[in-house]
Amino acid sequence: MSEYRISRSTPESTVGLIGAAVAVLVLATLPWWDSDGSLQTPLIVVLYYLALAQMWNLLAGFAGLVSVGQQMFVGIGIYTMLQVAEVIGLDPFLAVPVAGMVAAVLSLPVAAFAFRLKGGYFAIGTWVVAEVLRLLVTESGTHLRGGDVRSLTRDSLGGYSLEMRTNLTYWLALALAAGATAIVVFALRSRLGLALRAIRDNESGARGLGVDVTRTKLIVWVVAAFWTGCTGAVILLNTNSATAASAFSVLRWTALVIFIAVIGGVGSTTGAIIGVLVYWFLDEQLEDAENWRFIILGAIAAVMALVAPRGFYGLLQRWRPLQFFPVRRRLVKRDSVGEPT
Amino acid sequence: MEWINAVVQGLLLGGLFALFATGLSLAFGVMRFVNLAHGDLAILGAFLAVSTTASMDINPFISLLVVVPIMTALGYALQRFVFNRTIGEDPLPSILVTFGLGVVLQNLLLERYSADSRGLDAGALETSSLTINDDIAVGWFPVVILVTALVVLIGLHLFLRRTRLGRAFRATSDAPATARLMGIDDRNIYAVVMAIAFATVAVAGVFLGIRQTFGPTDGPAQLVFGFEAVVIGGLGSLWGTLLGGLILGVAQTVGNQIDADFGFLSGPLYGHLIFLGVLAFRPTGLLGSRSRS
Amino acid sequence: MSLLEVSGLVAGYGDFQALFDIDLDVDEGETLAVIGANGAGKTTLLRTVAGLVRAWSGEIRFDGTDLLSVSAHRRVREGIAMVPEGRQLFPSLNVRENLQVGAYSRRPGAWIVPRVLDVFPLLEPLMDRPADVLSGGEQQAAAIGRALMTNPRLILLDEASLGLAPVVVKQVYNALPSITEAGTTVLVVEQDISQALAVADRVLCLLEGRVSLEGSPSELERSQITAAYFDLEGRSDQHGGLEGRSDGHGGPD
Repeated sequence: MSEYRISRSTPESTVGLIGAAVAVLVLATLPWWDSDGSLQTPLIVVLYYLALAQMWNLLAGFAGLVSVGQQMFVGIGIYTMLQVAEVIGLDPFLAVPVAGMVAAVLSLPVAAFAFRLKGGYFAIGTWVVAEVLRLLVTESGTHLRGGDVRSLTRDSLGGYSLEMRTNLTYWLALALAAGATAIVVFALRSRLGLALRAIRDNESGARGLGVDVTRTKLIVWVVAAFWTGCTGAVILLNTNSATAASAFSVLRWTALVIFIAVIGGVGSTTGAIIGVLVYWFLDEQLEDAENWRFIILGAIAAVMALVAPRGFYGLLQRWRPLQFFPVRRRLVKRDSVGEPT
Repeated sequence: MEWINAVVQGLLLGGLFALFATGLSLAFGVMRFVNLAHGDLAILGAFLAVSTTASMDINPFISLLVVVPIMTALGYALQRFVFNRTIGEDPLPSILVTFGLGVVLQNLLLERYSADSRGLDAGALETSSLTINDDIAVGWFPVVILVTALVVLIGLHLFLRRTRLGRAFRATSDAPATARLMGIDDRNIYAVVMAIAFATVAVAGVFLGIRQTFGPTDGPAQLVFGFEAVVIGGLGSLWGTLLGGLILGVAQTVGNQIDADFGFLSGPLYGHLIFLGVLAFRPTGLLGSRSRS
Repeated sequence: MSLLEVSGLVAGYGDFQALFDIDLDVDEGETLAVIGANGAGKTTLLRTVAGLVRAWSGEIRFDGTDLLSVSAHRRVREGIAMVPEGRQLFPSLNVRENLQVGAYSRRPGAWIVPRVLDVFPLLEPLMDRPADVLSGGEQQAAAIGRALMTNPRLILLDEASLGLAPVVVKQVYNALPSITEAGTTVLVVEQDISQALAVADRVLCLLEGRVSLEGSPSELERSQITAAYFDLEGRSDQHGGLEGRSDGHGGPD
């Protein structure tokens, strides 16, 4: 028997797992102790941004798919929700996964175009597709009425009290955020994660080792589209109304998300959590100054990308290397379980 | 006859797209660099012209004498001190830095100039036109734009083919490390490339501002048009970029004609559809025979 | 004073150390051949002198000036030119333009296009061809010509004969006297030992990143060279194996 074994867990990863479980449980009970909703209202936004940031992180940080067009899936989610709830009459909360599925299905033809481009041109390519979708929705006339403000009406929400509706939206946002984090952690721990790591390190090398690069990237792309679409539906449940311009907003649904992920740390699940907390803090300080929110977050993100490419999480790691959600396998000596060699 | 008119106007509009795309094309060709703030920089150029024309009481064309040098210097400095640090195997840093720059720029413009639409008044030239026959009248200003685009592209072509620095550009594009062995400072070459890119996009921005009203958030749309022109023509080919710009221009004006006659989708969408079609059926672009990745 | 003085040079790529404490001197006008097996560090040595690889420690002096903090493109202005392994002509430039790029730094000197064509007449009819359609020998001639166009005092020639037909190798080396007679110093990396011995004033053998032998071709025994080249003195595995050998370390340094 070898003197080494392969391990993924670290002492702090146990802390991380228990801590995450406790945090989710505490957050889940929030509606019962945050009676005035002073935490719940901002948290809904923070949580769906966390979900979006984790998904962008999965795409850009792990699969090398630096998308600047994620707003298309938010927009698809929002308009699917409007159509399914308002036109077909399905319960809006049940419509959330439908929104995700529509986004996932539509992500396939988008990939057929965008995957032909590499690097920075892939980024602009996804942006163009999102722009085309926005224009199509805007000009769809009576079909989607993208030029008008559309809302979820009382009819389709009739069965829910306002409080119940807010709580359900909150829980959905929590589920999306926790789920997104879990998806990234577990996806990276699976065989897919190994393939992604190989691709990230050396794409042609990975191909040589028999990794189906396109298929691996496509899986990640579709998963991120599904989850981003679901998040779009929840965003509509929270804001209640949308236009094509707001639903397909590159600033809100992609720029902010990228800044959050970059400030926290691209390529790490903890990083996205740190990033969203930074966003929350700044958002509280800059309540009515939306422009300044973009200026400050954008500037921090650009500077981070230059001087600390692994974000705040990377800085934290340099100071004290903790792995709360480890996805890497390490060799560990058998007699000293949990201690790095 | 109105269709012929649409094509003529489209070719003229295409000159503007080609001018937007020139900097993107050059930066990609020489250093595989994609500047996501390119459109916002065009708008910055237009707003600089707004301030210059107002404070100095001059014609927007004269303001180019102020705006272009400022933007050229800005481009050189940004590349030399910021963008060069992002060049490498991984495209992520350059995407993040230029995307961040674009968003910051856009919102700073919103703070400084508000969200109101602006226009640049170039006087008589803006409205005077050359009547070719009863149905076709060509505006002098669009002709000026197209001629400028042609002059810029032909000038760049000659510069790359005939001059010592131009050869250094091409050598660096082929193999930066080997270029260093020839005494070429590749980092400086990159900065000069970006200076040229900023100069051309500043001209494009000011022309856009004379041609139509604009606002601080119009940058991304200009980036998208420029990018589409580059991809339609073929990555790294300057003539391809011109061709791509012209095709895009014609697609838009003919598209507008279709919209006017049949009420089906607005002009820009036709340009986007042509772009997607090229991407689907000829991903290397019309003139891009060699894949340069 | 030698033209090029390297002392205690340590260099490598990333975590990999390729050169261990290298000392060497090249006098003005001399031709030094560096020989050694694959992976001995010959190319790294040349790339470090040219400035493409950053030295970890040690000294590189050129005509008395410290080069360590001088970037590659400035070393060209000082008079160091390199013909890289695999020739590396610029494929989108034609042969004439490749030669012209060599003159980019505008270093004064006698080398101009006609003189390069005197040395390599085979380039004459190829001047307007794109560089990437040339044969290996033609590419080597163009690459050496391009390096000469920088008017170097020292020319670094990496793997001069690699992948070339013997008759072509002969042509390339026939040109060497017309380069050295102008006073240009040559540092050539060559895998073909007999070729190296034929052209060089002095030979330096590298073994696993260290100098294993140095001397003039007339002084050196064939068996000595073979031993230094193939590691027959038992100085093996200083950094490769797990158990590191403690004996046989006292080789020349």
